[in-house]
Amino acid sequence: MSDEVLTAPLVLEYPFTRTTGPVIGAFLTGLREGVVLGVKRTDGSVMCPPLEYDPITSESLSELVPVSTVGTVQTWTWNGDPRPQQPFSQPFAWAMITLDGADTPMLHGVMVDGPDQMTTGMRVELVWRAEREGHITDIAGFLPAVDSATGEPGALPEGVEEVRSVRTPIRMEYTYTPGRALSQYLRAMKDKRILGDQCPDTGQVFVPPRGVSSIAGKSTLPDLVELPDTGYIESFNITRVPIKMRPDLTPPYVSAWIVLDGASVGFMGLGMNVEPEEVRVGMRVRAVWKPDDELEMSAQNILGWEPTGEADEVIDDYSRVGRPQREGAS
Amino acid sequence: MGKQKAAVLGVGQTKYDTTYPGSMAGMLREAATNALQMSGTCWDDIDAVIMGKAPDFFEGVMMPEVYLAEALGCVGKPIMRVHTAGSVGGSTACVATSMIQSGVHETVLTIGWEKQSESNAMWALSLPQPFATSVNAGAGGYFSPIIRRYMMMTQAPELIGCMVALKDRRHALDNPYAHLHQPDLTFEQVVESPMLWDPIRYSETCPSSDGACAIVLGSEKVAEAHTGPVAWIKGIAMRSESGSFGGRNMVSPAASEACANDVFAQAGIHDRRKEIDAVEMYVPFSWYEPMWLESLGFAEKGEGWRMVESGATSIDGGDLPVNCSGGVLSSNPIGASGMIRFGEAALQVMGLAGDHQVDGAKTAVGHAYGGAAQYYAMWVVGSEK
Repeated sequence: MSDEVLTAPLVLEYPFTRTTGPVIGAFLTGLREGVVLGVKRTDGSVMCPPLEYDPITSESLSELVPVSTVGTVQTWTWNGDPRPQQPFSQPFAWAMITLDGADTPMLHGVMVDGPDQMTTGMRVELVWRAEREGHITDIAGFLPAVDSATGEPGALPEGVEEVRSVRTPIRMEYTYTPGRALSQYLRAMKDKRILGDQCPDTGQVFVPPRGVSSIAGKSTLPDLVELPDTGYIESFNITRVPIKMRPDLTPPYVSAWIVLDGASVGFMGLGMNVEPEEVRVGMRVRAVWKPDDELEMSAQNILGWEPTGEADEVIDDYSRVGRPQREGAS
Repeated sequence: MGKQKAAVLGVGQTKYDTTYPGSMAGMLREAATNALQMSGTCWDDIDAVIMGKAPDFFEGVMMPEVYLAEALGCVGKPIMRVHTAGSVGGSTACVATSMIQSGVHETVLTIGWEKQSESNAMWALSLPQPFATSVNAGAGGYFSPIIRRYMMMTQAPELIGCMVALKDRRHALDNPYAHLHQPDLTFEQVVESPMLWDPIRYSETCPSSDGACAIVLGSEKVAEAHTGPVAWIKGIAMRSESGSFGGRNMVSPAASEACANDVFAQAGIHDRRKEIDAVEMYVPFSWYEPMWLESLGFAEKGEGWRMVESGATSIDGGDLPVNCSGGVLSSNPIGASGMIRFGEAALQVMGLAGDHQVDGAKTAVGHAYGGAAQYYAMWVVGSEK
């Protein structure tokens, strides 16, 4: 059996909604209107971008003041390999830029041809995105400013609609590795075989295998045990409404804890070829496999679980689930 | 040197709702400010802030604690985040209490929160995994088979869960902070609400809420100097266990029973039902009330549903009122939900629970659970030292 580690891409993404509060909301409203706002602290200094609470005194801040769109680079670094969603797709400088009228810097991108064109103390000017919506991305980035540029602070027009929430889509790309025990299990799945692992102390058999016994805290590797594709339902749920995230499942459907013969713990599986009303705790079931020519290294090879027609498993304690020991063990 | 005594000086909450209109920082600030106000303390009096919330995926703000120091008056002070899934609000209060019991700090602010409007908890709890198969979606699908086993085990009447749901929604009407205020809700409407995760009906589930709950805790010295009422902490306990092993008792997990035994022993409670005046327990799905009544030792095994049926857990004439605040069934800002249980228990013995006050409550329990019913946190609070 190959020890090659299985991997697969895993992408998690969601369009989060963020309520902004009064200060960040005003800042974003300003951006939409082409005005950069800072917030005044009690000592008179101005923070831009603004914060809702004073970073030193924790006071609640609310006095917003316009600042310039021209500022000075305080420090910078070169980004030779921009990633998606960064201000520019070509190499650019990340810079801490203090806008005229503000006392704190903001981090943003400066577009120049190369690092030799960047200096601390250089003057830069904000570039607006053509279409603005009240989001931090309304600032496209910064360019070197001509000497005469002043970027006079604008004023927020009166009566404009305030930004109260923003969409902040987040996307994370992982490389998923299932680990040694699960990789063996997935390889066996391709041959329609089900593997579990066994606790060296109690003999409990876990399916899918975990590589470690959660009871003894000991490794269960390298030897896995093979189980039949039959078992019983120890309890179940009937989902009767559509779940937005699962358009592939049509309600009503049964999700059941399946305990395989010889296993100590159950796992969740889909009830198949049975009306939800006929499903019982203790019902004997067998796996429904995908056609042989569609088998992959995946637990998805088992489409669901159908009744075998055998007599129900006798359950004498409804509070406990699974089996404390492997059948036949002392 | 043994444990130092600790007490609750103040509890602060936000109005639980579908969407809190301000920022996450603003929401925490409001709860914390309310707690400071009740406790008669100011930011300078706070030695440390102990905070807790559920997974970051619930808002998509990674490690929000790193930007909350200034909103919580914690600049230059220790800040620490606790995480134990849904029980986190309770665990956070326990950790904060231990900071005082250990003699490390005199006055501690602890806070739990969730802003469910920023994401979708069901999505966050159903993240895809390569190679795997999943038929589950959200917490209801996970807990429904456990509830089914409880119903089979006890032969409880089918509508006990509906009775709990109606009772908690009635209780919520006397709590201005509760998310759900449904004055016209009838038992028939609860029974006829759609089955979601059979046997769990829509009206037997908790809402998705935004909100924060903060508690100011003080040492014996600080509490003695406080002019208002305080809630003395008589015991704190936390337990956990693996979510899946052969022979696991899922109806009444061993960790749950051990947590209860520990906290009641610390508090010197012998007859739990008789000596406890009010309980705030974590009931996100209605059937968990009778289940926890048994697991926490307020009822014999198999008899919890009888307490519900008899009205024993109602504030209107019951001998063990449960979730007078309306409970998780009426407000569920997940990371705050445990803290709310703990805070509401404290308010009861402080005599500050307002219209949902249990008359003369002297000893109360706060309870939270989380994960695959595998994390537990409890405290017992009393009006007397």
